Formats: sequence, structure tokens, C-alpha cells
Amino acid sequence: MLLFKSKNGKKEQSKPGKVSEGLWIKCPSCSEIIYKKELERNLEVCPKCNYHFRIEAEKRIKMIFDDGSFKELFNDIKPQDLLNFVDTKKYKERLKEDAEKTGLSDAVISGVGKILGIAAAVSVFDFNFMGGSMGRVAGEKIARTFRYAIENKLPVIIFTSSGGARMQEGIYSLMQMSKTVALVSEFNRTGMPYISVLTDPTTGGVSASFATIGDVIIAEPKALIGFAGPRVIEKTIHQSLPEGFQRSEYLLEHGMIDMIVERKNLREVLKKMLTLLINE
Amino acid sequence: MALQYLDFEKPIIELEQKIEELKTFNLGGFTDVEDEINNLEAKKEKLIKDIFKNINSWQITQLSRHPLRPYAMDYIETAAENFIELHGDRRFMDDKAVVGGFCFMNNERVLIIGHQKGRNTKDKMCRNFGMPHPEGYRKAQRLFKLADRYRIPIVTLIDTPGAYPGLGAEERGQSEAIAETIYELLNVNVPVISVIIGEGGSGGALAFGTGNRVLMMEYSVYSVISPEGCASILYKDTSKTEEAANSLKLTAKDLLNESKVIDGIIAEPLGGAHRDPKLAAENLKKAVLENIAELKKYKGEDLRNQRIEKFSKF
Ligand SMILES: [Zn+2]
Repeated sequence: MLLFKSKNGKKEQSKPGKVSEGLWIKCPSCSEIIYKKELERNLEVCPKCNYHFRIEAEKRIKMIFDDGSFKELFNDIKPQDLLNFVDTKKYKERLKEDAEKTGLSDAVISGVGKILGIAAAVSVFDFNFMGGSMGRVAGEKIARTFRYAIENKLPVIIFTSSGGARMQEGIYSLMQMSKTVALVSEFNRTGMPYISVLTDPTTGGVSASFATIGDVIIAEPKALIGFAGPRVIEKTIHQSLPEGFQRSEYLLEHGMIDMIVERKNLREVLKKMLTLLINE
Repeated sequence: MALQYLDFEKPIIELEQKIEELKTFNLGGFTDVEDEINNLEAKKEKLIKDIFKNINSWQITQLSRHPLRPYAMDYIETAAENFIELHGDRRFMDDKAVVGGFCFMNNERVLIIGHQKGRNTKDKMCRNFGMPHPEGYRKAQRLFKLADRYRIPIVTLIDTPGAYPGLGAEERGQSEAIAETIYELLNVNVPVISVIIGEGGSGGALAFGTGNRVLMMEYSVYSVISPEGCASILYKDTSKTEEAANSLKLTAKDLLNESKVIDGIIAEPLGGAHRDPKLAAENLKKAVLENIAELKKYKGEDLRNQRIEKFSKF
């Protein structure tokens, strides 16, 4: 299954910080009880401890793109169960359930939009759909985002939030890694920038493919970013991991990302970045 | 606390203190005191000119390491707009002895890569005294490649005592890191301007030094070894540092007129860059932009070939 699971892990992993039902919500990081409306006004960031909640792709798009500028693309691609896969549940059922739960057909929304006036091709992962896992649909949408950008001379921005490859699609999901990297390689010949924005969590087949070969890599604060999930590592080496391991701050220090940007500054930084790097 | 001035600057500092005292004393604005202040200011200017007229190689070496000398980030602050620093080699760590990022200089997009020294003790440690580890060179390589792909000119600001002689640096392939950086910078298809702003210490400096144009700030130095190192290794006598500085021919004038290793000198404010860092940065910006404008007349491939030819000749 996914390298990242949200059940029965350590404190940090056990509460993925998804906004739950009701008017109030408890911050998984500092336990503060927050009024949901206030949380929303604060871009889903805890006003007390700055914890960045995971957010739906749709909300992300609303936060980043100029009003009315976003146009969804490739939404006709739908998942298939080529392997008739069954684990504790049928893959078909999982797809159906998560489609009902999220209103999405798979874990990625792609499109084109403007950030403070600058156009970009974009894909956004939604963790609520099967842990943001990348199967053939997600892979194809990422690939088409790059292709669209090549054809239209646009920069690319991808927001990841994913446990990795979708095990239920077997080898087909693995092949999405090479497919997306192949398209990044094609895209790089255009001289346009590709900015990768890593949000909580970005692991496995997504972190080990297109997500970590962006020209510029930005992460939200304290996002979990790594290849193997922390619980898998702990089980393998029989040791508990140091505080902050695989978090954005740890990655910055270890040279793996360019910068950590708070959600409230993301729009402005992306715009500045694109202005600098797009050389007409 | 370390002294914030050099031995030969002492008479200037004393005069400055006197002027300061008079100014504090003269808050009432008495004209005769005012006259005295102006008198001393004129005297100071003449004194600086006299001292700097006969400045020797060792004194220039000391100036290049002056505790108040502007560092890469100081130049960036004045000469660049919208600088966004990028971090990391994507492999092991972010080396803080090297800074890099894209920015505008007037309307020109540039990538700036520079060695960065620290100002106070803590900062100095964090920047490792401007001595890069392999990761610093690898961060630079990564950004050189991006600039090449975006067709954005590259400006390097060189200011390092040298590469870091440490265990970890060797374990992680310091030699290869420097060699590969030289290779990458020689091969990009965009204008490259290298400016030595302080210490140009051996391989650590050369890694960023293969520009189409190599410029030096007036009181910077560029050498295969420090005068101290040379005195100790070749002269076997550490008291011979001053003599070694002379023999190494490491000043901007030596390198422009004799060995022709560099292409131009950027004037520093009277008394050295630290006396007016803003003016020093303006001078640097002007020189860099002039050179970029000239180089932009050539095709990317030609710029690459020019560099290969230039550095094949030495
Ligand atoms: Zn909180």
C-alpha cells in the first residue's frame, strides 16, 4: 500500500490535520481548538503554532490563482482497474468511495491559470483521494501538463501531496515515475522554468520522480518529504528517528530544497520567481 | 574584539576620531569649530591619498581581507533587485559559504553566485570563513545549468581564502567538485562575468573564475597561495610574508598589466571599498552591466568558445 499511512503512527503521523466535521477543529500540532471559519480565513494554517493543514486541491487552486483565471484541463481522464485488484477492499470500490467523498475522479487536478498576472500550467495533488497516490491518471495528467506547457510556452508549477505510487495499479503505477521524468526532460529543452512545490506529505514514487527534479523546489513549513515513510524506516532499522527527520527544515539544511515558504507568502514568491526566470 | 582597522589605517582613524569629537562638541554650530572640522576633513582626504599612493602588495592583501570589507551579500543588496536566494546541492547539504540566486540588475536578469564570509564570530563559523565544501561548488553547478537553460547571464563574486582543507570535504570529493565547476562554467552558453571582490584564494576562487571577462576590485588579490602560506612553504620563514606578497604578483594591477590574467579593474572608493560600500557596489554594478551588454552581442556558442580559447592560452 502507500508508504505513508495516517493510522496508528507516531503523534505527528497519526493526525494528518485534515479538517474534520463540525464548527471547531483541534490543531494536530499544538492541540489548540480553532474555529473553522477562522482557520479558513487563515489559509488553513493554525493561527497559534503555524501548523499548515493539508488542503484540498480545489482550495489550493483558489488560494494561488487569480480569481476566475483557472481553467481545468484533461478532466476527462478516468481511472481504470486494469488488474482487477483486491486488497482488503476492491480497488473499484475504493475509487468509487473516494470519488464520492471528494467529488474528484482521481488524485490530481490539472489546468492552466494566472498567478498575479503570470500564466502557468499546473497540476495539484489532492491527498484526500487515496492518499494522493499516483496511478495512470495522475501520471498522465502530470505528463500532459508538461506537454501543454511545451506547446504553449508556459512555465510549470506542480503542488504535490502524495504517499507515492498507487499500489493497486501495480507496475503501471511504477511506470508513471519514468513517464513523468521523461516529460520533465522534454520540458527542460524549452528554457521555461518548472517549479515544484512540496506540501505535506510528499513521499515514495512521487518524491522519487518529477517532484524532486524541479528547477526550483519550494516546500511548505514542516511538510513530511522523503522516499520511505518514517514508520517503514523505523521498522527496518529498529530505531526511533530524530525529531524533525524528513521535515522541510531538515531537507533545507541537507541541501535538498531551495526554500521553505509559508502559505501566506506562496503566491507572491511564485510570482517573483517566475518574473525572474522567464526570459522572453 | 578584533580591531576594525589595519595598522596603516591608524593615522586616518585617529583623525576621524578627532573630527567626530569636534562634531559632537559643536552641536551648537559655532562657525570657528565648523571651519576646524572642514580643515581636518581636507587633511584626512589628503592623508588617505598619500597613504594609498604608495600602498604595497601586502597592504593590499590586508585590505582584501579587511574586517569591514563588503562581502557578496553586501554587493547584492546594493547592486541587485529582487534577489531570491536558492539553496542546496540536492545531495548532502546547503553550503553557506556559497550564496546563489537570480535577480535583476537594472533590467538585466542575472544569476549571481558568490563566496560569502561572516561578519561576527557566529556568522563566520556558519559561513566557514568563506571556504566552500564540495556542496557549495555543486550548488553553483546546479544554478549555472539553470542560468544556461534560461539564457540568463552569470555573475560570480569571488571572495575566499581557498577551498576547505577538511576531512569531510575530501571524503565527498572536493577535487572533483572544483574541477566539475570549472568545466560547467566554461561550457555554459551565456555571458559570464567573474569579479574578485576580496580574496581570490587558489582553487576555491578559480572554480568561479572562468568568466568571459574577469574583473578585480581595485584592492582585491588573486593568487595560487596566500602570502603567509608561500612564506612558510617556499621561504621556510613566516617573517617573509611581505616579501612573498610582492613576489606572488597578486594585485589587480599586476594581474592586468603583467600576467594579463584579468581583463579589467573596478575602482574602489578612496581608502578602500569598506569606506563606502554603496559606492563600491555601484561601481561593480556599472562594470558588470557594461560587460554583459558587450557580451550579449555574441551568440551563446561563441561565448562558450571564447572562454575555452581564453583559458586554453595560459
Ligand atoms: Zn497549532
